[in-house]
Amino acid sequence: MTLLSIEGVTVRRGGRTIVDGVNAELAAGQFVALIGANGAGKSSLLKAAAGLWKPDAGQVTLDGALLASLSRRTLAQRRAYLPQSPRVEWPISVERLVALGLTPRLPPFGGLDAWLEPALTQVIEACDLTAHRHQTATTLSGGELARAMLARALIGEPDILLVDEPISGLDPRHALDTVSRLQALALGSGRLVLAAIHDLTLAARYSTHILALHEGRLATFGPTAQVLTPALLRQVFQVDARISGQGLETVVHYSA
Amino acid sequence: MKSGAWITVAALGVLLLAAVASLFVGRVHVPPMEVIRGFRSDDLTLASIVLTELRLPRAVLAIAVGATLGLSGAVLQGLTRNPLAEPGLLGVSSGAALGAVISIYFGLAQIWNLFTPLLGLVGAMAAGALTFLFGRGGTLTLILAGAAVSGLVGAFVSLALNFAPSSYAAYEMSLWMLGSLADRSWDHVLVATPFIAIGIVILATLARAIDALSLGEAQAASLGVDLDRTRILALIGVGLSVGAATSVTGSVGFIGLVAPHIVRPFVGHQPSRTLLPSALLGAALLLLADMATRVIPTNQELRLGVITALMGAPFFFWLVVRLQRTAP
Repeated sequence: MTLLSIEGVTVRRGGRTIVDGVNAELAAGQFVALIGANGAGKSSLLKAAAGLWKPDAGQVTLDGALLASLSRRTLAQRRAYLPQSPRVEWPISVERLVALGLTPRLPPFGGLDAWLEPALTQVIEACDLTAHRHQTATTLSGGELARAMLARALIGEPDILLVDEPISGLDPRHALDTVSRLQALALGSGRLVLAAIHDLTLAARYSTHILALHEGRLATFGPTAQVLTPALLRQVFQVDARISGQGLETVVHYSA
Repeated sequence: MKSGAWITVAALGVLLLAAVASLFVGRVHVPPMEVIRGFRSDDLTLASIVLTELRLPRAVLAIAVGATLGLSGAVLQGLTRNPLAEPGLLGVSSGAALGAVISIYFGLAQIWNLFTPLLGLVGAMAAGALTFLFGRGGTLTLILAGAAVSGLVGAFVSLALNFAPSSYAAYEMSLWMLGSLADRSWDHVLVATPFIAIGIVILATLARAIDALSLGEAQAASLGVDLDRTRILALIGVGLSVGAATSVTGSVGFIGLVAPHIVRPFVGHQPSRTLLPSALLGAALLLLADMATRVIPTNQELRLGVITALMGAPFFFWLVVRLQRTAP
């Protein structure tokens, strides 16, 4: 069943059309890899899908309700969004950073209630941050910060997770770790995960679906095994690609 | 006790001590026993008049203004995520200064001593409105608009100084801008505190939003924070409280810049938790600075803004040195 429906979404910025009439019906339990060349409109589509940017044409609905009709708080409880290279601006502790994900669930005043502590402990444990719980977030390594941000996004138990390039700048092991976590969120806990990913091999191995953008338009959307083809990569990235292996053994080779 | 709560208690303790001490300190020597007696008796002795008509309103104003500066500095630093943000950032202090300077320029201050703070308030509101008009759209836009308004209003202040009707008037204007709590009465308290109270309440509602802004604007927005609303409320809150505070005391620098920095390490750098201790510490610092202007023997009145700058600037050197050490 459709959870998030992107209907003819068009985003224009500074007189340029960045996203042009994109349609896609996304359902719970899908891990959708959003692929496309630099400037293809991935980040803009994610922002529109998150309800942060109002589309210039078209609409996005969540469970059939227009995003624009939902209150900020309701929307924030239903979906989490992580921008590209998320940063923390003050040297707060990892625990505090993760707890910020509860903002839409807290009353306007007061601290963190005691009943939220177990949730905090649980998500910190699930993201392998227990050893870093009281560490200052600005001193985390790239991989640790990525996990902390993921924990921040997950603590509010959103149905939808929208992530912009979660593995850029991560070493192979941490990239693998992040992508398999995202997959587990979709397959294991039935969430919808939409993530912009440049590593085609990891996308091929872990994603359930591929949403490919080419110059702002939808190139294709469908199950990874069906739509990720050399022809698609030729169209989207202008590379000669070869896809070998299956499932977690898949490798995408390409040359210009 | 929750970690960090003790800095609030400590700041409150210093504030209370400073408040009590400020009643015993002044140009007119009143023996301590007389001060205590002045509170209890109803008959008008010199001591009781000095106390209830001079020192008490002065202490109340110092607390209100200091709390305003500390709180608005903490809110603006949280909003802009810039450790150099200070209460004058949005142009309202400059607006208040222009209003006050106009009142001195036209000799209104001599007709009625409340003309200066009232025109200061009008100037602060006008400057805040101008910042709002040009500063919509983003935090950077708001800061730039504030800088532009400060610049423009500052030019008018210079113009007034340039064409001052007499050298005495020019001197008065310059002195006013150095800040002072001397000779402030209950009337000044009545003019300023309603605006300060409303402004403080508005600023306090932004606690959750500035916490979320620790993650940057995109994530804060995704967490349900209405960025436009947050910026507008910050401007209104700062406009009312800092506008009113500057209108009655003149420009008092550094308190709003320094107080949040002092408390921040003690509350784990969480922006919302700097608000209360920063306000309390701002009040305590201003009380202490005002006491210093009274205790240090000088021929002319030592101005409040001079003392706060002398106290605040060395602190900033220390901050720079610490940054150099901790920077990667």
